[in-house]
Amino acid sequence: MSTLAPSRTEQSDDVPVDLRPLRRLKRNRLLLQLACVAVSLFMVVPFYLIAVAAFSSPAAMNEFPLRFLPTAFSVETMSTFLSSTGVGAGLINSLIVAVGTLALSLVVGAPAGYAIARYVFKGRDQYQLFLLFTRALPIVVLSVPLAELFLNVGMYDTPLAVVLLHTALTLPTTILVTASVFLAVPVDVEEAARIFGCGPLGAFGRVVLPLALPGISAASIFTFVLSWNEVLGATILTLNQRTLPATVLSSLSDSPLTFRFAGGFFLIVPALIFIAVMRKYLINMWGTTIR
Amino acid sequence: MADISIRNLVKTYPGNTEPATKNISLHVEDGEFMVLLGPSGCGKTTLLRMIAGLELPDAGAISIGGRDMTYLPPNRRNLSMVFQSYAVFPHRRVRQNIGFGLMTRKMPKDEIARKVAWAAELLQLTPYLDRYPAQLSGGQRQRVAVARAIVVDADVLLMDEPLSNLDALLRLNFRAELKKIVEHIGTTTVYVTHDQVEALSLGDRVAVMEAGKIAQLGHPMEVYDRPADTFVGGFIGSPPMNFLDGQVADGRIIFGEGASIPAPAAVPPGPIRIGIRAEAISIAAHRPDLVPAVVDVVEPLGAATLLTVKVADQSLKVQIPPSQRVSSGETVFLHFAPDSVRLYDPQTGLGLLASV
Ligand SMILES: Nc1ncnc2c1ncn2[C@@H]1O[C@H](COP(=O)(O)OP(=O)(O)OP(=O)(O)O)[C@@H](O)[C@H]1O
Ligand SMILES: [Mg+2]
Repeated sequence: MSTLAPSRTEQSDDVPVDLRPLRRLKRNRLLLQLACVAVSLFMVVPFYLIAVAAFSSPAAMNEFPLRFLPTAFSVETMSTFLSSTGVGAGLINSLIVAVGTLALSLVVGAPAGYAIARYVFKGRDQYQLFLLFTRALPIVVLSVPLAELFLNVGMYDTPLAVVLLHTALTLPTTILVTASVFLAVPVDVEEAARIFGCGPLGAFGRVVLPLALPGISAASIFTFVLSWNEVLGATILTLNQRTLPATVLSSLSDSPLTFRFAGGFFLIVPALIFIAVMRKYLINMWGTTIR
Repeated sequence: MADISIRNLVKTYPGNTEPATKNISLHVEDGEFMVLLGPSGCGKTTLLRMIAGLELPDAGAISIGGRDMTYLPPNRRNLSMVFQSYAVFPHRRVRQNIGFGLMTRKMPKDEIARKVAWAAELLQLTPYLDRYPAQLSGGQRQRVAVARAIVVDADVLLMDEPLSNLDALLRLNFRAELKKIVEHIGTTTVYVTHDQVEALSLGDRVAVMEAGKIAQLGHPMEVYDRPADTFVGGFIGSPPMNFLDGQVADGRIIFGEGASIPAPAAVPPGPIRIGIRAEAISIAAHRPDLVPAVVDVVEPLGAATLLTVKVADQSLKVQIPPSQRVSSGETVFLHFAPDSVRLYDPQTGLGLLASV
């Protein structure tokens, strides 16, 4: 029998701690922070300048150099913009179109995405590729025949016509994004729901959908913003029922500079609000990512 | 409460050439605890999933309580299951996870709360009831899966390796606890494991599976004592059963020069393989009718000492009391308890009638 050997750690106490890897780690972290700030500035600065211009008096716009701080704060520009003809109606149309597009593309796209994710069927891969073909065509090429089609069936110049066009445009991404989202939801939890008494719909609603919500909200942000900003198709398919971007675009050439800034600002804000609302579903809700 | 009747189940996964289950038939009595035991990939989970309705068989039939279930969806079979992968719901707290099956069965709230509290107490989950699964350890998540399965009043309880992720002590305690719970609720249970100790200690009967077939079905001690073939003997027991090849001649089984044991009367002459458990071999002082062997390795295990010995170039495990002192390199003499010697066909590995 031997006695217990003295513990190893006590002997190696005098080896100095190498701090270099830690310093490198800290430096990399700092660089990452800087990169984030740079990217953010790239996005924020133009928005900030537009906001400053939109809330400056028309007179201040003609000064040189332009102000970087909102010193000449005034709501005059904004109120002129808001009260000009077509803006109110355009705003309502835009909201109808964006929400309609969002709803329709989710109603059609999410089940399609679910099918791609969960079922093996003939031609699945070809179908996924084929989906992207709509995006291969320029919007103009799509809209002109559509305009004629809608004229014939009496749907021309309605928000519904724009909703249909926008849904066609967003559907491929909605389907492919939701498919990957559903793919990330483990099959076994869905099976567990079935075992413990849920039908196929119950399992979807109680388990799959809540788990897919973050991804689906990301897809809806994309859909909403695309529809909100799309101008070409909306201009071709409407005459009086213009969406906001279409309204702004059509009066752009003969409007003052202030109007353009106010319009630009006003176009950005709703998209930002929508993103802010959806953000809460984007970041995960249960402590960590799924699984 | 219901019995399970499985007839000629065949299942081949798409893309595989080899079927995962080959014509399996099995009858589980009402209230019986049936253990499916076998090496990884032998089709245990597949069989369980077909009983659950998560996988549809290519051929064959399953009925539970006299009702045909073969192609019925899982939610209409009134069963309960512990998944090998736990499958707890990440977006629900432990409390709602455990109560899920009760909620879908529209049980009143206070009753759900009572049953959840009971199961949480039993599985030592009470402190974690308000956590999300992501905030639990693997073993705790597995216990949530078990709790979720035992609270519901199902006809059949299916468990796929429910103890695989618990530490040794917890597993030991929990194994006994589980036996008590299942006996208490009296549900027909099919329990999958590849841990033979678990199988022997829990099962009313054990079905040992090999490559999609049931190699032997019987009471645990019967399976342990009288393995139907060399696969079962080699799979069950720690250490597994020893196998020795020999020749039958002149009423003796001869392993080599000077190493032989008496053969049972009914054995015809020719090659043979005998099976014997390590604890059925003892060592003794030299006697002419004993089998000489050279000790290779000596492993003291506390309650017993395990020897690896060589008999005519074949390796054997021998278990002796710790009081008996042996050192490696020594020659010892082995006594094979005659009642414990099993005879197998060396070609097919199947048991010969003389012994089984
Ligand atoms: N979804 C699947 N698709 C194709 N083959 C599968 C699938 N699931 C299982 N298999 C195959 O079927 C066979 C049986 O698998 P099964 O999961 O039933 O094994 P098991 O006995 O449960 O093993 P383990 O103890 O490792 O869990 C294996 O050969 C496996 O490769
Ligand atoms: Mg398995």
